[in-house]
Amino acid sequence: MMFDWRWDFTWEILPRLISATANTLLAAGAGYGIAIVLGLVLALSQRTPYRLLTLVVREFVEFIRSTPLVLQIFFVFFVGPQIGIRLSPWTSGMIAIGLHYSAYLSEVYRGGLNSVPVGQWEACSALSLSTRKTYWRIIIPQALPACFAGMGNYLVGILKDTPMLSVIGVAELMHTANAIGSESYRFLEPYTLVGIIFLLVSLPTAGLVRISEMWVRRKLGVY
Amino acid sequence: MEDMSRYPLQLEGADVPMVSFKNVTKAYGSLTVLENLDLDIREGEMVSVIGPSGSGKTTVLRMLMLERIQQGVIYVNGKPITHMEKNGGLVPADDKYLRKAREPIGMCFQHFNLFPHMTALQNCMEGPVQVLGMSKRAARERSEDLLELVGMIDKKDQHPSRLSGGQQQRVAIARALAMRPKVMLFDEVTSALDPEVIGEVTNVIKKLVAEHNLTMLMVTHQMGFAKDISDRVCFFFGGKIEEQGPPEQLFDHPQKERTQQFLSAVKSAD
Repeated sequence: MMFDWRWDFTWEILPRLISATANTLLAAGAGYGIAIVLGLVLALSQRTPYRLLTLVVREFVEFIRSTPLVLQIFFVFFVGPQIGIRLSPWTSGMIAIGLHYSAYLSEVYRGGLNSVPVGQWEACSALSLSTRKTYWRIIIPQALPACFAGMGNYLVGILKDTPMLSVIGVAELMHTANAIGSESYRFLEPYTLVGIIFLLVSLPTAGLVRISEMWVRRKLGVY
Repeated sequence: MEDMSRYPLQLEGADVPMVSFKNVTKAYGSLTVLENLDLDIREGEMVSVIGPSGSGKTTVLRMLMLERIQQGVIYVNGKPITHMEKNGGLVPADDKYLRKAREPIGMCFQHFNLFPHMTALQNCMEGPVQVLGMSKRAARERSEDLLELVGMIDKKDQHPSRLSGGQQQRVAIARALAMRPKVMLFDEVTSALDPEVIGEVTNVIKKLVAEHNLTMLMVTHQMGFAKDISDRVCFFFGGKIEEQGPPEQLFDHPQKERTQQFLSAVKSAD
């Protein structure tokens, strides 16, 4: 086997891959946005006094976490139309990946919320703060710093899972690299570039998460 | 189910106590911590609660603020706080009623429980702004006055993590007072403090006793302090009031054997 790297081909495909990177970032960002909000809803609904709701949400989270993401993507995209829900690859992909990661993030939030000392709840009671204000103003701001490391991990995780969306034809990085490969029969350059691009995006993301965690802790006065 | 008709819908008359426990029982699962408690506290009275651990003394405060009871009714200022009126009878209070009914009560905790992400001033303003609906300006003025009262005005912009235990507890007292409570509860507020700062907290409480017509209920391990400032001392044992009376009588001439044992055990430990 010969290892021949062709620079002219590399420069030729780079613009295509870079524009696909935008799609990857968009997919990861939108999916993460869904996951952040939905995850909080899942975490909070497990803390209500309604036993049945808690049980259903708990089982839902376990179900999502114990089945493969790619299956969930297929399910939304291919099974959806059979029950009358017809969605574009992009929408299906966002829903599937957002749902998948919301289950994981709900566990992160759950841990964070549990880490707030019981005395804080008692202080809120003693001030007659409503449940809503207790959560928004006192509990969640204190739970947040404890959640940050986990949230950051899943941000990098969701980024690395976006190639899964290529299976239903979302034109993100992996999908584009595959297309280049099947057009030109050259796989070395596109796949290598995809790897490098992921590395270039992931590393600063992890750093940014760490910096923003420190910033939030300082802002909240908790170290 | 208990027959609620034996409890009045509210207490009336010339001399209604500020806090009134009527036949109150509190259990955690199968463990009964307080049984058939009857206790009246007059307006402006300072009552100390002492007793060995597990005697139910902290539970007395927690029932007023944090927990539900299994039997009996608690009245504050003549109105039931554990129950509400429905169809001419008393039924267990729902969360909303409970929150409203507890508004005239303030509480300070052993571990302060200040909000760590807020400054001393913001801690004090939280209740008045978010619960009483005061304007920020009015709440700030009130909070600054109270921080002045507890001697913490120069630290008003500090977060709790920058304050000593004694300083945190003083801010916590100001935070509770900012809600203009009629009743203040102190739950072992000096137990977590270093010996050298206990005085700064007890001095604040002494000042409150001397200058304000607050009704106070205090659980404490500091017998000297309890003797100094209380109008009445209750000795709890096994979920019941074993003995109660004016501090001089209870500390110097305890009638019951258990009280004598407890006091001499405390004295020899000092």
